[in-house]
Amino acid sequence: MRKYTHILLGAALLVFALAPVLIHRAPYESTMGLVQKIFYFHLPGALMMLFIALFAGVMSGIFLFTKKPWADHYALAAAEQVVLFGAMTLVTGPLWARKAWGVWWEWDARLTSSLLLWMIFIAYLLLRRFGGPGSDKLGAGMALFALANVPFIYVSVNYWRTLHPKTTVVPNLVPPMAGPMWWAFAGFVLMSLVLFALRVQQEEQRARVEALYLAADEG
Amino acid sequence: MTAFFRVAWLIFRKDLAVEARSWELVSTTVFFSVACLLVFTIALINEGQAVGDVAAGILWVAIAFSGTLALGRTFERERQTDTLRALMLAPADRPALYVGKLLGILFLMLLTEVILVPLVALFFQAPIVDWPLHLAALLLAGTLGYAAVGTLFAAMLVRARSRDVMLPILLYPITVPVIIAGVRGTAALFQETPDAALAQFWLALLVFFDVVFVTLALWTFEPVMTE
Repeated sequence: MRKYTHILLGAALLVFALAPVLIHRAPYESTMGLVQKIFYFHLPGALMMLFIALFAGVMSGIFLFTKKPWADHYALAAAEQVVLFGAMTLVTGPLWARKAWGVWWEWDARLTSSLLLWMIFIAYLLLRRFGGPGSDKLGAGMALFALANVPFIYVSVNYWRTLHPKTTVVPNLVPPMAGPMWWAFAGFVLMSLVLFALRVQQEEQRARVEALYLAADEG
Repeated sequence: MTAFFRVAWLIFRKDLAVEARSWELVSTTVFFSVACLLVFTIALINEGQAVGDVAAGILWVAIAFSGTLALGRTFERERQTDTLRALMLAPADRPALYVGKLLGILFLMLLTEVILVPLVALFFQAPIVDWPLHLAALLLAGTLGYAAVGTLFAAMLVRARSRDVMLPILLYPITVPVIIAGVRGTAALFQETPDAALAQFWLALLVFFDVVFVTLALWTFEPVMTE
């Protein structure tokens, strides 16, 4: 493990250790009560999912057109994290929805597009796992299509009906609530970087081992 | 540019000629889509009455499922005889190959729809003749979007392992906007007082989807298919 990974890991642990204290000390929301605390995980998780999905799409594009192996390693590591953060978002979301709207699930634009984005990245991982040789390139094409697809999903589902709080919630957040929210976000960013560093390194080593096997077969 | 369309046209004609000799794809796809329609009809009709406005939904599910089958078979045929490699070796633009294959799939799917749509009208008393142009445009734009993504993915998967299961896994999540727009647009035409303006909104979305995804497919076909 490289040196900076240790530092990142330490910082992430520190942030996570402090997060419950900050979230506990944040004021109670008047209508939602305790359930509102989900928000400190839900929103940062959703933001991470979106940013990392964007990153995975860009890396896939770079890999497809330049054939640089590092771009593929980054894309794969990112796709796994999209699924991770997506799972977090999609588990905490219904818990919130049950209290706020009285239902676990609603076919609202944000919910549906998050679910589909998550499913597309699961499909990507399935392809990478079971697609056999050449699946790296196929996956890159798939991720690129996924990226172009998000606005379409959003617009088409938005035309039904939207219950989800608008994006204006975040800038208008009162400071005692915004503090813990961004703190949790910072924790996720640090955790994501640690996972990235480890996963990319692992992929590089796997690629090296593969190349050695190929060389041994030829020799 | 004329060479591009000539190659696409030749590939389309080749696919038609191969198909005309066996009728394998047309007969199996059409029969499968009708079977699909029947299964959904039986599942969703209660005491002789359809539940809600399901006709549009069933129509598009049948189109999507039979489309997947057609896509898989078309490229399986190329793989078995190793003719896709021959096509790739041909001194022709790769995107032209894609357009040729896309035209073949599109033709097959539209042919299936010509049989499916009257059947839906028959089973569900769907008013298909009130706004025929709107309905035809929705079907054409939706099918083009579905086939554009499907042709690229099916071509990519020719060399992959477990390609039969991979095609629907990759294709369905990506084509959800086509299904939503197709179903909602068609449902707007099938309801008691048809809403042509709403259908036009969905049609516009489908056309936009087609433009983006055909462009993207033409752009990615070359790097994805290069070994």
